[in-house]
Amino acid sequence: MSALVYALTALLGAAAAAAGVAGMLGTPWVLRIDWLVPLGGMALEMDPLAGLFVALVGAAAVPVSVYAIGYAGRERRGCLAYAVFVAAMLVVPLAANVMTFALAWELMSLASYVLVLDGARAGREPAASAHAGWVYAVMTHAGLACLLAGMLLLTAWTGSARFADWAAAPTLSAGARSLVWALLALGFAAKAGGVPLHVWLPLAHPAAPSHVSALMSGVMIKLGVYGLLRASFVWLAPALPWWGATLLLVGAVSAVTGVLYAIVDRDLKRLLAFSSIENVGIVLVGTGAAVAFAAAALPALALLALAAALYHVVNHAAFKSLLFMAAGGVLHGTGTRDMEALGGLIKRQPWTAACFLAGAVASAGLPPLNGFVSEWLTFQALLQNIRLPQPSMNLAFALAIAGLALAAGLAVAAFVKAFGITFLALPRSDAAAGAHEAPVPMRVAMVATAAACAGLALGASAIVPALAAVAATLVPAPAPITVGAWLTLNISGDFASLSMPAVALALAGGILLPVLLLVVARARPRVRRYETWGCGRLLQTARMEYTATAFADPFTRVFDFFYRPAARLDVDAHPESRFFVRRIRYENPTRFIVDEWLYRPLGRVLRAAAQRAAVVQSGSPNLYLAYVLVALLLLLLVA
Amino acid sequence: MDALFLSVLQALVIALGAPLLVGTLRTLKARLVGRRGPAPWQPFLDLRKLFGKTPVVSETTSWIFRATPYVLVGAMLVAALAAPVLTSRPPLAFAGILLLMSLFLLGTFFLALAGLDAGSAFGGMGSSREVTVAGLAEPTVMLAVFALALRASTTNLGGIVERVTIEPLLVVNPAHLLAFAAFFIVMLAETGRLPVDNPATHLELTMIHEAMVLEYSGRHLALVEWAAAMKLFVFLTLLANLFFPWGVPADVTPPALLLGLLALAGKLALLAITLAALETAIAKLRLFRVPELLAGSFALAVLSVSAVFLLR
Repeated sequence: MSALVYALTALLGAAAAAAGVAGMLGTPWVLRIDWLVPLGGMALEMDPLAGLFVALVGAAAVPVSVYAIGYAGRERRGCLAYAVFVAAMLVVPLAANVMTFALAWELMSLASYVLVLDGARAGREPAASAHAGWVYAVMTHAGLACLLAGMLLLTAWTGSARFADWAAAPTLSAGARSLVWALLALGFAAKAGGVPLHVWLPLAHPAAPSHVSALMSGVMIKLGVYGLLRASFVWLAPALPWWGATLLLVGAVSAVTGVLYAIVDRDLKRLLAFSSIENVGIVLVGTGAAVAFAAAALPALALLALAAALYHVVNHAAFKSLLFMAAGGVLHGTGTRDMEALGGLIKRQPWTAACFLAGAVASAGLPPLNGFVSEWLTFQALLQNIRLPQPSMNLAFALAIAGLALAAGLAVAAFVKAFGITFLALPRSDAAAGAHEAPVPMRVAMVATAAACAGLALGASAIVPALAAVAATLVPAPAPITVGAWLTLNISGDFASLSMPAVALALAGGILLPVLLLVVARARPRVRRYETWGCGRLLQTARMEYTATAFADPFTRVFDFFYRPAARLDVDAHPESRFFVRRIRYENPTRFIVDEWLYRPLGRVLRAAAQRAAVVQSGSPNLYLAYVLVALLLLLLVA
Repeated sequence: MDALFLSVLQALVIALGAPLLVGTLRTLKARLVGRRGPAPWQPFLDLRKLFGKTPVVSETTSWIFRATPYVLVGAMLVAALAAPVLTSRPPLAFAGILLLMSLFLLGTFFLALAGLDAGSAFGGMGSSREVTVAGLAEPTVMLAVFALALRASTTNLGGIVERVTIEPLLVVNPAHLLAFAAFFIVMLAETGRLPVDNPATHLELTMIHEAMVLEYSGRHLALVEWAAAMKLFVFLTLLANLFFPWGVPADVTPPALLLGLLALAGKLALLAITLAALETAIAKLRLFRVPELLAGSFALAVLSVSAVFLLR
């Protein structure tokens, strides 16, 4: 039954991907059903930008739905919410008026909220997961409130709730546009997971079932980016410089914060969720650069930065859904996502391990996979900021470059840890020792997505111009991208160039060369197997391995101003002598400074305000009726 | 044809020059502290010995451990083809510094995984430290490159060499020198030289790189060491040719290539003497002092970028 729903969702995804690609290549259409929804009717509109995001959601939903057949095929719960979730995500980019958008957006949020709670009920820590659902609900609705406020202001000022009219309306004053932009940016950045609005993401994404996590991290948060692009370049154009600077800095902070938390986390899926914050940061930096260039009347550079951001959106969707699917394979095979209880899985789950490795290489931004190419393109756009005249803007760019570089370096560490501790060496628990490989549908989905990661990198010379064409609908300019011999991408004339097929070919040759030379030289292929060197100890156990916490220790020390580690050590000694230790208890919980400095005080203020406001809630119906009367009179007076 | 010839030649220069460079450094360091030291070609003899031995592989390891030496050599060979070594038009002419640094990071990634694979605490410790140093060095590299790219208005390595060659008063340009200093410190960290890591000792606990490769033996160890030597060679070549691009020909004719080779040898000899003198004069830093050193190099890189903006 549920397998059928997942199969149908996969078909829906495939159809949507085809429709999206057609829309991207330029067959716009409009669909209006006035009676379906009150206040303006349902209106869908396809244009290249919407087409790209529809294609992205659809293409990601295909392997993920196939995966779900193996992962949750016998579970009836949650399959309907999953189908609704995918359908709602497909409608969001197409929405052409406020009502349609708000309904689709809210449906997407509610369906994913149900799925998070669903994962919570099946999970091991129901209390923690219920908390995750609660935080998710609060943040997503606070975001929706900001979005609606912004959209209704715009509706009031332009006199229309249709998005097409906003772009066509005479330009509002800079102050009005900035106000609306700030509201919309808050709402969209909360969905995208930009710091400091990211707090729901590391709670909700790991709690959901793995196929849902894959879609939430892979595509749902990208719809926030979609909204930012729409708002900055279409609804509120022309963009103002401070929007760009804000996005640049928020992006750089998100990238570094996300990866720093990813390094120290020991929950495999939460580590991936933090890595999503990092990648959204990279996308936001690209978007911010595009806004800044557009505001400074450098449309060619804006186009380049926008293409880079869109490319990273696509690439992150591929490798992050792959990683979440592989992490789901680990969870499916062992029943735990705590890295301190895993290890050695590469021998019991060779397919899952190989797929996770591919995702890790892509996510760490290493050649020859796709994460590298879009990070490269983002850097090439950022490095050209010398053409901006204002030194303060140059400074913002330099900070963003340094932040992205730090994030790229630290991402390598985070993924060495994620793969190395989970899959290599000896299993750290019985669950890991008895792991089983993922069933066939899951393996098929993972291998297909891994192949997509390679394809997205090798096909860069076809994909980047296509994305630049989409970007050109937002910032009309000739693309500063040409394709030369060996499928070389040339950026801004001879500013930079890259040929991924040549790199991949050279890498394959470079790896095979020593192998061939050794064969020709008839080096003895024999290898002696022996135990690991251990300074003379008798046997090797998993307790001698490096742990996830130990691996991250240099980082907690170097960045102690950020982590503010609060380690607790309790040694329970024998009453006779302190040298006979009975039990040692060591705790080093991760602290989140954003939570402690921003949300806790905010929560306290809100609670205090709510208690004050509770005075008016006496519980007497008569009094409530009096309130209604007063409100009515006031409204009549004002109107 | 030219491209193929140049590829083979450049790969050979780096593959054969790298052990020689490491041997020369060891000889120089030995002379500086009053020992006779081994001959400069000693690393070749070491490599031949290692290739002849049967590797011992831990039972705990997976295919990652066995594949890593080959991935490492592969990444370094591609890096060798991407760097402007003999001419300013390397065989992979499109390559920029970002590609080069990512190739080094790819090597680090797999080596760190191999360090974890055997399940010993030494390997894990080495991996953890190696990725810490590599991660913290990354922003400096990017900003130093940014400073260079701003002046040359290209991030293409060959392009930078060609544009910087025609610039007079290079050695007194503050932005240029600051970027050089920053890049030099990063080179020390990335290639595991003093004061970040000591390539001459084998005490597992004080080591970064050596602890990580502790489990390797036989031909696997030979490949890992060879790749490490190539990384040092490419880094020093970048320092020599990007910052002091004198005598780097732009065309591929035998006399020009010979000139390029001689100029490179001269510049590398100077850098090797500097490095040997530096390593003799200073002691290894405590591990948790290394980030301070890298922060210092980062500050230099920031200053270099600011200088470019101020002097434009």
